[in-house]
Amino acid sequence: MIPETTGPVVLFSLPLAAAIVVFIRPRWAVPITLISGAMLLATALWVVVAVLQHGAWRQDIGGWAAPLGIGWTVDGLSAAMLLLNAAVGLAGAVFHAARPAGRTPVRDPRFFWPLWLFLWGGLNALFLAADLFNVYVALEFVSIASVGLIGLAGGSAQAAAWRYLLATLLGSTLYLLGVALLYGRYAALDLALLAEVIEPDLITAVAAALMTLGLLLKAAVFPLHFWLPAAHGRALPAVSAVLSAVVITAAYYWMVRLWFGPFAPLLGPEVATLLGLLGAVAILWGGLLALLQRHLKMLIAYSTVSQLGYGLLVFPLAAAGAVQPAWTGAMTLVLAHGLAKAALFLAAGAIVLRHGIGRFEALGGDQRGAVIAWVAFAIASASLVGLPPTGGFVGKWWLAQAAVATGAYFWLAVLMLGTASTAAYLWRALQAAAQPARVLPDRAPQDRAPQDGPAALSPALGLSALVLALASTALGLAAPIVARLLDAGLAVPG
Amino acid sequence: MTVYLSLAGVLFLIGLHGFFTAGSLLRRLLALNVLTTAVFLLFVVMARLAEPLDPVPHAIVLTGIVVTVSNTAVALALVVRIAGRVRAHPDDAGSGSRGDAG
Repeated sequence: MIPETTGPVVLFSLPLAAAIVVFIRPRWAVPITLISGAMLLATALWVVVAVLQHGAWRQDIGGWAAPLGIGWTVDGLSAAMLLLNAAVGLAGAVFHAARPAGRTPVRDPRFFWPLWLFLWGGLNALFLAADLFNVYVALEFVSIASVGLIGLAGGSAQAAAWRYLLATLLGSTLYLLGVALLYGRYAALDLALLAEVIEPDLITAVAAALMTLGLLLKAAVFPLHFWLPAAHGRALPAVSAVLSAVVITAAYYWMVRLWFGPFAPLLGPEVATLLGLLGAVAILWGGLLALLQRHLKMLIAYSTVSQLGYGLLVFPLAAAGAVQPAWTGAMTLVLAHGLAKAALFLAAGAIVLRHGIGRFEALGGDQRGAVIAWVAFAIASASLVGLPPTGGFVGKWWLAQAAVATGAYFWLAVLMLGTASTAAYLWRALQAAAQPARVLPDRAPQDRAPQDGPAALSPALGLSALVLALASTALGLAAPIVARLLDAGLAVPG
Repeated sequence: MTVYLSLAGVLFLIGLHGFFTAGSLLRRLLALNVLTTAVFLLFVVMARLAEPLDPVPHAIVLTGIVVTVSNTAVALALVVRIAGRVRAHPDDAGSGSRGDAG
């Protein structure tokens, strides 16, 4: 029997090894990525099952214990995130491999697969990390790979990649400054060691504020979301999917890890309310801007700004006393959002390929070749809105329970309003499919529809989105297991 | 030590100011590098202040320098491409179709 500690080692090293191989041998890129992706998905599932059976564990790399060595933590939340990353990574790889390469040329196509696998490995390292400096290195790893992937779309995506690069590097530097202050104060970087010695004094508060600011910038939380819509809206579909579903979530994940870990003594009602208010404004502002978009992918990108806001509601609700339902609800919601958002971006990618353009006016009429994609879009929308029995519904239900239990009706109202706006903008996107075909005056006829007809599109494009959308629904059906998994934690408060 | 601490603080403020006011892409990148250097200086001061001397911050700064060099390389590559694009199509530099990449 192989010990379960092998799982994280595979999750970290396999994508990096595969990235090097596909960089040297671009010809083998697709089969190698798909095979190692399938192995990574299986390994992530194995880790999840191991956490469900034996509970969380911590492993020291190479047998060196902290403070000298570097540790990894595997608990319910990190295992769930590893699985989310594997699911989105594999579905995105299938989508990208199946897209008709000739129709929309990628700048430097041979760099896609190495960057994709590097991002995958970096994200896994980020979810496993247990010390503050390791998190910094993994964050930079993820940033560089993301910037490269955004830039691959060429054209205006490069300007978006530049803005993302500046924002994310500034975020990392602020984070690192916080780490420096904490190290100077406590001479510890390991989360567990830090949690034992931390005291709520001024230096700690400043460090916590700087690190949180850096992560808020990376998570594109209102008002630091300015870079997100262009970067996520203009990238390739598979890239948009992983950025919105996993990369943003990873920054949020570390915010939660820190505030429910070493910074827990600092999480007073004022801080929690401030973070919650940022989330509330993000939900409403992101929802409003999504409603105003005229382009399918930009709508989905703004929706990410809005949906991440729900995650921040965990802070005020947990500080008010309802730790358990708030924690489980917010984490389920973030996971369901990850799966549904990746499905939306992949479906939108297939739809844009079918119609040749992503503006709403152009999406009507004949839908042959995009039917599966629209079905996936609808199912993912249901999960994002929170219709039962999807993962989105279960997450919102738990959050609402937390709000009612603590009498926090303000947050309940935010939850309701956000749901209404989500339903409104997603309905608008779905309506575009039902409208009759329209001739756009500003487009030449040969631009409007693909030359080789809808039959040339591989069904794998829509299917990759459909699988993720169904997974987001299944998350709701498996709610008891999800709750048990998220409870298995070293990081679970209370 | 106070000198170095205040130097780190001043460098950080210079970097932050440059980052938000610089007009050209290269200047912003340089400002970001100054900002990071200020943080590294802070780490080195921490190492000197510790009793006994602490080697861990040095390891951190070394790793940090490697990370920063890689970041700068990626950023420069991107600057070269953006500059080339602006030179080739001076008219449509910040615009372009939104998200039509398939």
